[in-house]
Amino acid sequence: MQADIFVKRRRSFSLFFLLLIVLTYLSMFITDFQLVKGLASVAKAVEWGVTNFFPDAKAMEKLPDILSKLQETVLISVASTTSAAIFATFFAICGSKTTKVNGLLSAISRGIATVSRNIPVAAWALILLFSFGQSSITGFFALFSASFGFLTRAFIETIDEVSNSSVEALRATGAQFFPIIFQSVIPSSLPQMISWVLFEIETNIRSATLVGILTGTGIGFSFDLYYKSSNYSAASLVVMTIVLTVFVIEYLSNLIRRVIL
Amino acid sequence: MKTGSTLKDSGKLTHSSKIKVKPLTKQAIAIRLTLTALFVITVYGFTVFDYGDTNFMSGLKETFANFKTMFFEASFSRLTITEAIYQVLITLGLAFLTTVFGAVIALFLGLFAAQNLSNKVVSNTIKAFVAFIRAVPTVLWVLIFSVAAGLGSVAAVIGMTFHSIGYLIKAYSESFEELDEGVIEALKGCGANWWQIVFQTVIPSSMTYLISWTFMRFEINFSVAVAMGAAAGAGGIGFDLFMASGFYFDLREIGMITYFILVLAIIFEFVSTRMKANLRETH
Repeated sequence: MQADIFVKRRRSFSLFFLLLIVLTYLSMFITDFQLVKGLASVAKAVEWGVTNFFPDAKAMEKLPDILSKLQETVLISVASTTSAAIFATFFAICGSKTTKVNGLLSAISRGIATVSRNIPVAAWALILLFSFGQSSITGFFALFSASFGFLTRAFIETIDEVSNSSVEALRATGAQFFPIIFQSVIPSSLPQMISWVLFEIETNIRSATLVGILTGTGIGFSFDLYYKSSNYSAASLVVMTIVLTVFVIEYLSNLIRRVIL
Repeated sequence: MKTGSTLKDSGKLTHSSKIKVKPLTKQAIAIRLTLTALFVITVYGFTVFDYGDTNFMSGLKETFANFKTMFFEASFSRLTITEAIYQVLITLGLAFLTTVFGAVIALFLGLFAAQNLSNKVVSNTIKAFVAFIRAVPTVLWVLIFSVAAGLGSVAAVIGMTFHSIGYLIKAYSESFEELDEGVIEALKGCGANWWQIVFQTVIPSSMTYLISWTFMRFEINFSVAVAMGAAAGAGGIGFDLFMASGFYFDLREIGMITYFILVLAIIFEFVSTRMKANLRETH
């Protein structure tokens, strides 16, 4: 019996592994990816990076412009996430099993969150480009839409996880809906919610670069501009400022989380 | 005299027996400061945004009109359904390749990044390296590799793989570090070498976590592959979306493409959620 178990396990693992290999080759074929070329280009990219992709004196002259764009990007990221969090809180309260008003409202809010979350940020950016053109607002709404979906889901799970028993207790005492929300749900969920907001701000700083490339705004636009004009020194300076910004925000987030959680 | 002293005593007792209902803790202060800062930054952001030529309200109206056109009048014009499906397969292929390569490389580096399996210097070095990789947005990795490999699937897969490796190393190493210390000690006590410890206890015990993390990364990589098609010329459905938006201005086709992406993303999310639920049950 035991021997059979081990044989079966080994066989199923082998089949899984074989399936993985087949799918890999199928993917290579369909995407026209060449492994040898890939490995060669890694070496070539490293070599190129060492010799060309670093800031020089001329690139440093562009630092004020880059920092200005960077500030724009950070502001958009924080503003869109904070705004999304406010809306997400309302939708999460409607959608949560613990606090839902009724089944219909719950389904609607969950549905809207699912749609906005599962349309990628890139798609949101390209869609909103029609109505808002090349401006910060396009970036704001693109990040807002994706963040709204993500935060709604995160908040729903937070509320269900944290508030369940205290809501039940308050209901037993005859408390109305809004007292329950403001005295139990929000106070007990707030630390976790803030943690999610900080996480989403970090994510949006990264996504904002992509949105900037697509919509012609912020730090992404700077990189795109220098990159396409082959000004790799300035482009590398942009990358460094982004990295430093992400590190700083990540550090601040961890600091805040350590206190509030 | 007695009456006077009695009154004084009762007064003191009454005063000193007040209880603060909401003490101002460090946590509460931090929460309020954080919320205040976010609010202030948001308001300031709105005042300094570059609105360009856009009027906010007319933009909103136009947005909803566009949404109506996109989602209720979606149709293909330049693409056919078979072509769209083929492009989706390309995007899925990019995501799959990235995930497979990322998982294989991350598995080994994850073992060295876990502190209970490796020494501290190696572990911290890998973690610092990973932090740097994760700090650079994926689209920049792809564009950087495009210089050497040219725009296309090669640069996209390599660039996305970099970020996947960073993400998965962190996830894997944390899974390994959660392993019970006694198990490793027991095997060491039996004289097992490092490879035997890894393949007989570490990986089998963590298998559920590894699979779940990897699939979640696959889900993320699908969205990223769409984005790379749009922003870095990597092909696939994202590229068609970019063309429909930026060159053909075809809202109906954008709507149809968005539906394709949306359906796949929801399927992935459903599977991913199921995997997480299984994790919670087994844990």
